[in-house]
Amino acid sequence: MILEIENKNKTFLDADKTVDNKKKRKHFSYSKWGYLFLIPFFVAFFLFTFLPLISTFYYSFFEYYSVGLDEVGPNFVKFENYKQVIFESQFFKYLGNTIIIWLLGFIPQIIISLLLAVLFTDTRLKLKFTGFFKSIIYMPNLVMASAFGMLFLTIFSTSGPIANILIRLNITKHFDYSTSIWMTRGLIASMNLLMWFGNTTILLMAGVMGIDISLFEAARIDGANSWKIFFKITMPLLRPIFLFVLLTSMIGGIQLFDIPQVFTRGMGNPNLTSKTVIMYLAQVLGTSKNYGAAGAASVMLFFITVVLSLVLFVFTYKKDISTKHKGRKA
Amino acid sequence: MKKRLPVLLLALVMVFSISIAAFGCDKVESMDAVSGGKVLRIRCWNDEFQSRFRSFYPDVNSEKSGEGVDYLTDGTKIEWVIVANQNNAYQIALDTALKAQDEKKREDRVDMFLIEADYASKYVDSEYSLDIKKDVGLTDNLLKDQYEYTQTIVTDKNNKLKATSWQAAPGLYAYRRDIAKEVFETDDPDVIQEKVSDWVKFEETAATMKENGYYMLSGFDDSFRVFSNNMTGKWVKDDNKTINEDAAINNWIKQTKDFSEKGYNNGTTLWDENWQKGQGPEGKVFGYFYSTWGINFTLLGNSLADKNKPEEEGNGLYGKWAVCPGPQAYYWGGTWLCAAAGTDNVTLIRDIMYHLTCNKDTMKAITADVKIQDFTNNKAAMAELAVGYESAFLGGQNHIQMFLEAADKIDMSNISPYDQGCNEKIQGAMADYFKGTISLDKAWANFYTNIKETYPQLQKAS
Repeated sequence: MILEIENKNKTFLDADKTVDNKKKRKHFSYSKWGYLFLIPFFVAFFLFTFLPLISTFYYSFFEYYSVGLDEVGPNFVKFENYKQVIFESQFFKYLGNTIIIWLLGFIPQIIISLLLAVLFTDTRLKLKFTGFFKSIIYMPNLVMASAFGMLFLTIFSTSGPIANILIRLNITKHFDYSTSIWMTRGLIASMNLLMWFGNTTILLMAGVMGIDISLFEAARIDGANSWKIFFKITMPLLRPIFLFVLLTSMIGGIQLFDIPQVFTRGMGNPNLTSKTVIMYLAQVLGTSKNYGAAGAASVMLFFITVVLSLVLFVFTYKKDISTKHKGRKA
Repeated sequence: MKKRLPVLLLALVMVFSISIAAFGCDKVESMDAVSGGKVLRIRCWNDEFQSRFRSFYPDVNSEKSGEGVDYLTDGTKIEWVIVANQNNAYQIALDTALKAQDEKKREDRVDMFLIEADYASKYVDSEYSLDIKKDVGLTDNLLKDQYEYTQTIVTDKNNKLKATSWQAAPGLYAYRRDIAKEVFETDDPDVIQEKVSDWVKFEETAATMKENGYYMLSGFDDSFRVFSNNMTGKWVKDDNKTINEDAAINNWIKQTKDFSEKGYNNGTTLWDENWQKGQGPEGKVFGYFYSTWGINFTLLGNSLADKNKPEEEGNGLYGKWAVCPGPQAYYWGGTWLCAAAGTDNVTLIRDIMYHLTCNKDTMKAITADVKIQDFTNNKAAMAELAVGYESAFLGGQNHIQMFLEAADKIDMSNISPYDQGCNEKIQGAMADYFKGTISLDKAWANFYTNIKETYPQLQKAS
């Protein structure tokens, strides 16, 4: 018995030694495995995202388009493409359209999403069937944007159901949204809202659920009403998620394409007031494959997005930034 | 080591396959057109030509026909590469294939491809399409029965014929017999033609229709083609830079604005729901401009009250439509066949083109086939068919005879490579003006903005 135990101890000790060695080797090889698994992503990112980005930037300095089946260029023209995009094209009008449409949709969207997020996660309200509601509000996001555009096109057409209802109620004799700038923009904005408010709500809910419940309870005990709780506790602690939602929505909004393209049949009418920057890009790249102008427009959009992101970042964290400075001064 | 081995192997395989793709090209074969190839590769966007080919080309071994593949009796394989036209995908794929033509082996190259009139110039003026007479070998004698406009469209700047078509698509003005009887007390095509024989009379008739509660046309773009096919000059001058604001286009703008303000049209856009409904029993539109395929494939379907019941008198407006030549001759649509440079099937291509675009009997059979009723590009065949032809849908009218006469009058000498873009953008830009949202000057400014984005080398005439 003792011999067996001693033997077992020996083998156990030996095993210990090998375990030690393995531990040392495992430490070393685990991090290597980590990098190895990261390589495919970086290779794909480099090949399919980074290189095309550099190439876009590169070609924005060249005159490079097609006439029929023949190619003109690439000829180095320095800043000609940028001059053309800034001064001769309607780029800034399209940018204005894009931002207006985005704001028109985003402001109601964020209000509704915040409201729903707070209501669904409120510990006192204890809403039932929240899972069901969450699935329902997320569903429009699963529909393709172009299908959504076609749907609205049919519903709001001059002989569609909405037109018929309005005519029967004697509100108007003839309904044509394409004669009104704000109706067209409003419809596009509302399509965007319907598609994305589910996503925003879920994200904000996740953010709210990350806030310590005891803070809410403490506030209630102190006698704070719902508004105070929302503005003094929920919003400040929600800031990182809120910023994330703000930034991703802004980037998505600046790149708005599918919905207005399908809804206005590519024209951006009336009077080019619903034509977004990416619609302009698609047109430039379409028949004539004008890589030069498209590159210039893309680079400009990139810098505009960066500037707007910084603005949003400062806006969200400005209190923190100013107190930091105060702290330093003191 | 054991765990790393499969990962390294995988990485090696990836690198190897990428390098094969990069360095796998063989030596280049010449681009001369030769014969004797075992595979004929045809690029198109739907199966229309494929079904004509299978039904009417004599050497097809129908037992071996499969999905996208046909065999001839001598064993030659016909490979169909079909890319739908959505989002311009067909042209994008075709352009890539044609530009790579000289890097491929002969048997991997494109041999034939199909084109439409709107963008025909792009391929006709390029070096990728072969001369039908000199390189493919169709003689003047064989091509003599084709309608002239079908050849003018695909003749390049050096007067070489670069494509050929089996279809002709002359257009007419289709009108409602019952409305004509109500307003003019007759539906006789000759009498109605008197009332629309030129644009002045057309506009007067429009006023009469309005007084009786009917629309002369459905929408803004219905008459566009009639004007654009009769332009006095090309959209873009030969310097390939200056846009020409043609008198015909300005006339279309003036007339359509007039019609829109006075309520002579129903404010629709081509192909939208209201435009289609106007052709049915509840429609109040007097007439539509339609060409050969339009009458049988669009108007007929839209005129029925119940699409599930048989197509005959009593079902909606079947039998209540008629056609007349209208104010000007025009055409709408059509598909042309091109032979690709560098092909290895010249003799076979010549034979296919002969049978389907020159041979009278084959082309007569295509039109006579009740399921097809295409108007084919052969004057002799159509003349034979026109004798005593009666169309049940048009209340017994002989519209083939009318097509015959219309086809001869079409003049397409003013096409340019920029037609597709210019036609689309002018209609889009002017829609706002017709609805009264913007002024004419602003509409033209929007047109030029759009054109500059689509074709960066074009500019406004100063």
